[in-house]
Amino acid sequence: MPTAPRSLLDKVWDAHSVRELPSGQTQLFIGLHLIHEVTSPQAFAMLRESGLRVRFPSRTFATFDHIIPTDTQARPLADSLAEEMLVHLERSCAEHGIRLFDPGSGKQGIVHVIGPELGLTQPGTTIACGDSHTSTHGAFGAVAFGIGTSQVADVLATQCLALARPKVRRIEVTGKLRAGVYAKDVILAIIRRLGVKGGVGYAYEYAGPVIDAMTIEERLTVCNMSIEGGARCGYANPDEATFDYLRGRELAPQGAAFERAVAQWRAAASDPGASYADRVELDGSALAPAVTWGIHPGQSVGVDEKLPRLADAPSSERASLAEAFEYMGLRPGEPLAGTRIDVAFIGSCTNGRISDLREAARVARGGRVAPQVKALVVPGSQAVARQAEQEGLPEIFRAAGFEWRKAGCSMCLAMNPDKLVGRQLCASSSNRNFKGRQGSPTGRTLLMSPAMVAAAALRGEVTDVRDIL
Amino acid sequence: MAKEKLERVEGRAAVLRGDDIDTDRIIPARFLRCVTFDGLGQHAFEDDRAQAKGNHPFDDARFAGASILLVGQNFGSGSSREHAPQALMRHGFRAFIGGSFAEIFAGNCTALGLPCATLAPADLAAVMDSVDLDPRQPVVLDLRARTVTSRVGTVACQLAEGARQQLLEGTWNATVVLLEAGPAIEATAARLPYVNGYP
Repeated sequence: MPTAPRSLLDKVWDAHSVRELPSGQTQLFIGLHLIHEVTSPQAFAMLRESGLRVRFPSRTFATFDHIIPTDTQARPLADSLAEEMLVHLERSCAEHGIRLFDPGSGKQGIVHVIGPELGLTQPGTTIACGDSHTSTHGAFGAVAFGIGTSQVADVLATQCLALARPKVRRIEVTGKLRAGVYAKDVILAIIRRLGVKGGVGYAYEYAGPVIDAMTIEERLTVCNMSIEGGARCGYANPDEATFDYLRGRELAPQGAAFERAVAQWRAAASDPGASYADRVELDGSALAPAVTWGIHPGQSVGVDEKLPRLADAPSSERASLAEAFEYMGLRPGEPLAGTRIDVAFIGSCTNGRISDLREAARVARGGRVAPQVKALVVPGSQAVARQAEQEGLPEIFRAAGFEWRKAGCSMCLAMNPDKLVGRQLCASSSNRNFKGRQGSPTGRTLLMSPAMVAAAALRGEVTDVRDIL
Repeated sequence: MAKEKLERVEGRAAVLRGDDIDTDRIIPARFLRCVTFDGLGQHAFEDDRAQAKGNHPFDDARFAGASILLVGQNFGSGSSREHAPQALMRHGFRAFIGGSFAEIFAGNCTALGLPCATLAPADLAAVMDSVDLDPRQPVVLDLRARTVTSRVGTVACQLAEGARQQLLEGTWNATVVLLEAGPAIEATAARLPYVNGYP
């Protein structure tokens, strides 16, 4: 019997629905659960207090990323609180039979970098993790979302979550990106257009020629920042690029099972004619490299534009704009290019993959970091670091005056020693420019692509990377 | 463990103005360096309070003892850290009334039995102004009637229906409810090819 065309979200939701709950929510089975050292300790404590076991230990995987230092990772860590958190996760994993990718495994890294590179992240699956950037995994056509610690306990105990089905907004990015314009610029433009709360209640389906032409790593960058637009999950439909990426990955299906998997992955994609709650179109050909200037990721401009004027904004937004200008020490109507920076950070689950480091190295090669700038390159995983080393990227970065670090979240959220100091202004390839986000209560962040960060590091000021490439 | 049914929250309110207040501001990341949520209450909005030099609503004696927090648009955006609602709950808040809430924050609140109710912009502005003028007035959030009552009068509010039902029925400890599905969980897993190695 033919069924009505469905979106990927609806197919995955229906396949994973255990039952409808009396509250009207769905009890949704979670196929892959990823955990890290910061949001899981209390969840294991909740389990212990309730006398519960982990229901599907083979469907949870753990790593260290948030708090682990990136200079030396020798144990015990110098920071006793950080050490305690690692020990806590090690013990919980051992007690419950959960596989942990620690630095000794050679597979440690940011949870949203290692899931894809190990082949754990697969199309048509549901994925949850106690981290809002879990939306990253949607790049494979998975339905993936961030959860809080009580929900981490729910998944450990039941492999399920109680959730309301989101509506789906299809976002078509048309045209072709110009040179020097990256996936980061696409998602910043989407958030600028739809706002930081425009996605609340929605899953974002990214589509159109620009998304179709992207590599998986580029789609990971786009999906990663769905949550910055308010959408708890965002995805791209699986295609040949997805299957090629997964073929041969350690924890992806192998041999004949891989071919059977591909057939199912293909069927998970949204059907032609599927209906959407909303549709939005964005012209990718018109985009320039983007830079945020304010205190949330919706406040960005093209590097060749001037900052907004308060008078041009709707009256309901003027107070927010004024607050952002005051905090950032920037002036309405001025250009952002030429603004002096103090720190440059290349890394994070948004832009800490090998293709990001290659683009940054292309800019950094043969250059020299400006004298006042502290510049940091933090690979997203040990595997990314090894690949970069094979390609000679650390030498390029070091020769230019960048520090080359070990894998972790680092200065994206500054839970480890990598922090801004005072009112330092940081050109950052990460995902959040919130007040105090990078570890100093008065520190300031300008989000941009890794190539743009490298350009800013060399010139010592916000620079259009297209002038260097 | 079964939870209490929550039909209403009544108490004094505090006014926290501003939109897009993210969870990094509610509880800065350095306070996530812990293996329990104990003690987080005193660090709520620590950096915002330091920069406001005593002028932050959390340092305003008029709002001391408030159990309802009035907030703007998109409150709780950003990080999924449950430490944010945990810190506010341990600071003494039992409910949030605002313009809108970020989704993960609202879900975390429900898991702690803290309702997040939204008001139309004009109603929110009126309630905020009224509480600012008379912080000692009682404010009542009625989940069953979906109303907020203050000196402004009784105005309609909205709550996510699933969360509202969970709070009204005392089923907001999701673990207990999810466990009730019993073998249906394993039956669902058995239907999913990827859980079984793509046979």
